[in-house]
Amino acid sequence: MGDFRIIEVKQSVFADNDKRAAEVRRELKEKKVFLLNLMSSPGSGKTTTLTRTIEMLKGEMKIGVMEADIDSDVDAKTISDLGVKAIQLHTGGMCHLDADMTYQGLSGLNAGDADLVVLENVGNLVCPAEFDTGAVKNAMILSVPEGDDKPLKYPLMFSICDVVLINKTDVLPYFDFDMEACKENILKRNPKAKIIPICAKTGEGVEEWADWLRLQVSQWKN
Amino acid sequence: MHELGVVFHVIESVENIGKENQLTQVASVTLEVGEVSGVIPSYLTDCWKWAVQRSDLMKGAALHFEKIPAVTFCEDCKEEYPTVKHGKTCPRCGSGSTYLLSGNEFVIKEIEAC
Repeated sequence: MGDFRIIEVKQSVFADNDKRAAEVRRELKEKKVFLLNLMSSPGSGKTTTLTRTIEMLKGEMKIGVMEADIDSDVDAKTISDLGVKAIQLHTGGMCHLDADMTYQGLSGLNAGDADLVVLENVGNLVCPAEFDTGAVKNAMILSVPEGDDKPLKYPLMFSICDVVLINKTDVLPYFDFDMEACKENILKRNPKAKIIPICAKTGEGVEEWADWLRLQVSQWKN
Repeated sequence: MHELGVVFHVIESVENIGKENQLTQVASVTLEVGEVSGVIPSYLTDCWKWAVQRSDLMKGAALHFEKIPAVTFCEDCKEEYPTVKHGKTCPRCGSGSTYLLSGNEFVIKEIEAC
């Protein structure tokens, strides 16, 4: 055994991922592909919201979807039934996607000719918030049954999102959900967040959400 | 919650440093972990013990932690306070206009190797 010495490293563990994420974004810009990272708790209506959104936009732009799940391909099947390209990414037990997995997914999807790619992240409000996937914008869905205090419990998630969809507004009469308090809680964490109440089931508010996406996609291309 | 993924990342980074510096054995790795980084050292150690056995360079390497206290700054009264005890709201003036100065770090500080 040789002599051990101390080597100073001072390397942020998240720095590698951040670097990779910046590379992914640069390539997306070159190819004029807008990547949206969609996050939420399990069961908040990500796939239903996505289905609505695709139905609304598929006539005007080319859409691809990457479904990240620990296992199964239930969501990718639902989405490909709509006639858009979808692939399932298995994280193999990992609780989030990182920039490298996103890159592999984009290659697998052959996303170069798409206008909009949606990455449906693992249903989890903690880990996905800590890893930049390389997406152009971050969106999250908070559903009414989860409660208006969720932004207080998961501050990081709300602070990194460009847009927050408050889903399942049709059940508002049955829950003690204070919409104004919820908006206030979100804006306290993130004053720049765009908040759109929607109901993916009935279609309420989905047009405003689609408009936001249209604007983002066209801005990214220019 | 994502300790295993983080451990793999640390091992990969250290292996790269090992290649660059022609190291043959790593005895220990020291991490700087912020109080509100979301990483729990005891979980990390469990993942570490299992994962380093898979690396030739790092087999049996110890993991050390240095805790970085979480400190928040209040923009209204221009004072600092401990984050873990008081959260986002300033204990002096009640303001919510605060931001984290330190405490979310997760850094490979140094390695002991030959």
